[in-house]
Amino acid sequence: MSPANPSTFDPPKAGLWPALGWVAFLFFIFTQIYAVMTSPADMMMGHLQKMWYVHVPAAWITFFAFGIVLVASLYFLWKEDERADLLAASAAEVGSMFCGLTLVLGMLWGRPTWGVWWSWDARLTSTLVLFLIFVGYLALRSFVEDPQRRGQWSAAVGILGAINVPIVWMSVRWWRTLHQLQTNPKSLSPEYLRGILLNVAAFTLLAIWFIQRRYVAARYERAAEHASQAAALGGTDE
Amino acid sequence: MAFRDDLRRTRAIVWKDLTTERRSKAGFNSVAALGVTILVLFGFALGPDTPALREAAAGALWLAVLFAGVLAFNRSYQVELDGGALEALLLYPGARWAIFAGKLIANLLFVTAMLVIVVAVGIVLFQVHVPADWPALLGIMMLGVVGIVALGTFYAAMSSRSRAREVLLPLLLYPMLIPVLLASMTATKAFLNGDLMHEAGAWVQMLSAFDVIFLVATFLAFEYVIEV
Repeated sequence: MSPANPSTFDPPKAGLWPALGWVAFLFFIFTQIYAVMTSPADMMMGHLQKMWYVHVPAAWITFFAFGIVLVASLYFLWKEDERADLLAASAAEVGSMFCGLTLVLGMLWGRPTWGVWWSWDARLTSTLVLFLIFVGYLALRSFVEDPQRRGQWSAAVGILGAINVPIVWMSVRWWRTLHQLQTNPKSLSPEYLRGILLNVAAFTLLAIWFIQRRYVAARYERAAEHASQAAALGGTDE
Repeated sequence: MAFRDDLRRTRAIVWKDLTTERRSKAGFNSVAALGVTILVLFGFALGPDTPALREAAAGALWLAVLFAGVLAFNRSYQVELDGGALEALLLYPGARWAIFAGKLIANLLFVTAMLVIVVAVGIVLFQVHVPADWPALLGIMMLGVVGIVALGTFYAAMSSRSRAREVLLPLLLYPMLIPVLLASMTATKAFLNGDLMHEAGAWVQMLSAFDVIFLVATFLAFEYVIEV
């Protein structure tokens, strides 16, 4: 269906985005190979440590994406700019994907190194809760038809969810501390650090590109929604 | 005074909701019965072994209150929607927060009444030793209920007006309630065990902080949620 009212919708221009996509993708391949080649086998974990170069950047992207959801949601409630709502939704989808990836990789890694798939520590638990909040956010969006309502509701849920994450982190940490047991993070040597920073940069570019692609698709979806709404009302709404 | 008028609006909504509840009774009775049923099911899950039951009592009590309470939150708006009354409520002049405060207080009283029944039955079924300082325990429970009801009333304002409300409310609400539940359960458990580690006090402080944060956040956000 062609948009009934083209004046309200100008498709987002491609601009340099396809180029960014290629750069991000090639950079990502390079940083992965670089990190795997340059980092020596870890004393304790051996080559299992390589999983780190996906796990840590994915975790970073999770928080990066949720940060975008928070800022875009606040902006949407403030200015009622529909595009902010679509950006928040796009970031939430990409974020939940990376959050899921972080959790699965963490479990795969935890099993051989800690001997357990899961440990109820603050970081793991709050990441899982973050994932559940993302899922709830996306479910809410899919269950509400009216765009204005969907925008305001999901913005509220996104903002409250963001407030909740540090609170969960803090409360679980307390809970664990009172029950002892806390895994302490290992110190880091420079050959690992370079690989991880490069990968974080590459993942960030990739995530930005993913979010942009999703955002463009969301803009088209919205335009189609507007068009079908206008058609249902019997003509264009000038 | 605008503020005093809003307080009167709040009171009117509380009175209206409680009157509706009092005249039908069916809602409260079935929700309280469900709470008790959930406790019985927990009893089966955790085994007939008395020490194990005692150990898990705090968690089971809170989950029973939560699972049964969730039904109350959607109901609180469902009654309005069935009568087409929510639009009318929004058309009346006055601040939106007065509506939220009214719903919140009514739900608070509803859930507290249910909690009293569930806890009384739980003490018997799980063979809990009631501590000498039981009013303090009641205080902990009230703090927990405030957190649950604040978030529950807020999320139900959305879920009750969407498709698939039965799934959506728990899906949105439970992850948000984790800090409140964790603090309530741990404080209750510590208290029931005689608070040997002196940790209950810290958890109560934390729970109070959560309540304040979530009350402020939901009061601020409610306007955006209810007006569309």
